[in-house]
Amino acid sequence: MTDRELQSIMFAELQKVAPESDPAGLDVHESIREGLDIDSYSFLKVLVGLNERTGIEIPESDYGQLATLAGMLNYLRAHLC
Amino acid sequence: MGEFRMPSLGADMETGKLVEWLVVPGQRVRRGDIVAMVETQKGLFEVEIFADGVMGELLVQPGQTVPVGTLLATIDNGTAGTGEKPPAPTDSAAGRAKAEPETAASALTTGTSAPSPAATPGRIASSPSARQLALELGIDLAKVTGTGPHGAIGRGDVEAAARAAGTKPPAAAEPVSPAPTEPSAEKAAGKPAPTAAMKAMRQAIAAAVSRSNREIPHYYLETEIDLSKPLQWLKEENSKRSLRERILPVALLVKAVALALREVPELNGFWQNDQLEVRPDIHIGFAVALRQGGLIAPAVHHVDQLGVGEVMERLADLIERTRGGHLRSSELTDATMSVTSLGDRGVRTVYGVIYPPQVALVGFGCIGERPWAEDGMLGVRRCVTATLAADHRATDGHQGALFLEALTRHLHLPEAL
Repeated sequence: MTDRELQSIMFAELQKVAPESDPAGLDVHESIREGLDIDSYSFLKVLVGLNERTGIEIPESDYGQLATLAGMLNYLRAHLC
Repeated sequence: MGEFRMPSLGADMETGKLVEWLVVPGQRVRRGDIVAMVETQKGLFEVEIFADGVMGELLVQPGQTVPVGTLLATIDNGTAGTGEKPPAPTDSAAGRAKAEPETAASALTTGTSAPSPAATPGRIASSPSARQLALELGIDLAKVTGTGPHGAIGRGDVEAAARAAGTKPPAAAEPVSPAPTEPSAEKAAGKPAPTAAMKAMRQAIAAAVSRSNREIPHYYLETEIDLSKPLQWLKEENSKRSLRERILPVALLVKAVALALREVPELNGFWQNDQLEVRPDIHIGFAVALRQGGLIAPAVHHVDQLGVGEVMERLADLIERTRGGHLRSSELTDATMSVTSLGDRGVRTVYGVIYPPQVALVGFGCIGERPWAEDGMLGVRRCVTATLAADHRATDGHQGALFLEALTRHLHLPEAL
């Protein structure tokens, strides 16, 4: 999967929980949860969606690494089989 | 004959719009069946019926907005013949008398009245997603041409009607901040624009909070709870679970509240007719913020009897349905106490406003590291601030303190939650 594909999956999953938002407009180093005003439940939903679409397992202890768009992309890229 | 009335879906509801009937006259219904969709300032809800029987006349047409308590339909439950019918009471007299959650439970009463026949509205066959979209877009289903089997309306038909009316789909149109202008198409369709709906919700919330502050002599207690142990337990538990099955800390908090309520039942119930009615069941109302603003606190039923994993599942389901507009009327009306968790936004302490006729509300702030002194040692622990807002007519600070003490104790025994 290319970065572009990963990014479009990320944006699609974020938009599911924050339909009116524009995830692409977020600063890549900004906290996603603050930037899009999503709660911990919605964030967990995003991670579930990422897991289902990429097959990447995300242990709870790694959640912090996916807090920003840059972190999320790096994490997914690094854990692709 | 039984009566099915517009239920009160919370202390802040005065009127409801009957959006759709899901039954037809002559249809057999069972207690708990969803018979109608009702829209309030807080969205679209599935209304259940509270007795078995056969649906009689449907007296209110889809699209009509009527006061709480208005007779919507009769139900033949075999308790009376179909012969002589006494005159029906006026709807408004029956309606305004009650605005309490138990109204829903008594929405179907076996009264003696049977109203004069009204025109039977034809049910518009439509898919749930079409109904939801129509509501979001302010499209009147009666004006949509269905292209499905037997003229049933699908999502595509609503979209086509929206395009014809010049209404944009919600993904693009949902305003985050108040939009200054309202699309004329929505006005033409006779529906309030999103801004008007939001204004109505703000007014409904203000009315409920004002009533609470006016009528309930609140007292507040606060305590700091060391969560190191439960969070460690949760970490181990979650490491065994797939991403989808993982439990958020809030599920532990909600479960612990339910167990603590068992020990201090005076906080679990309703203040009605100048007295406390302690409820045997523990249904926790969980405040869910809506993305467009406002909140709803639907109930998780029998929390004390659920495992933590089940509590999480129920919470997830409730949050989904609250935000997706598929809550059932009973979930809106039977909470016996409420929990609000504002920790996601870094808030430390929540001073809650009790939701009448409940008598208590527990607030949780954010879970974070704090300096913690214990046994003469200073350490760093992950903690949460729990507050109790309670009704002084029902309880005193002593009972409130016992509750917070029990809450702390249960959280310190996570494996027993």
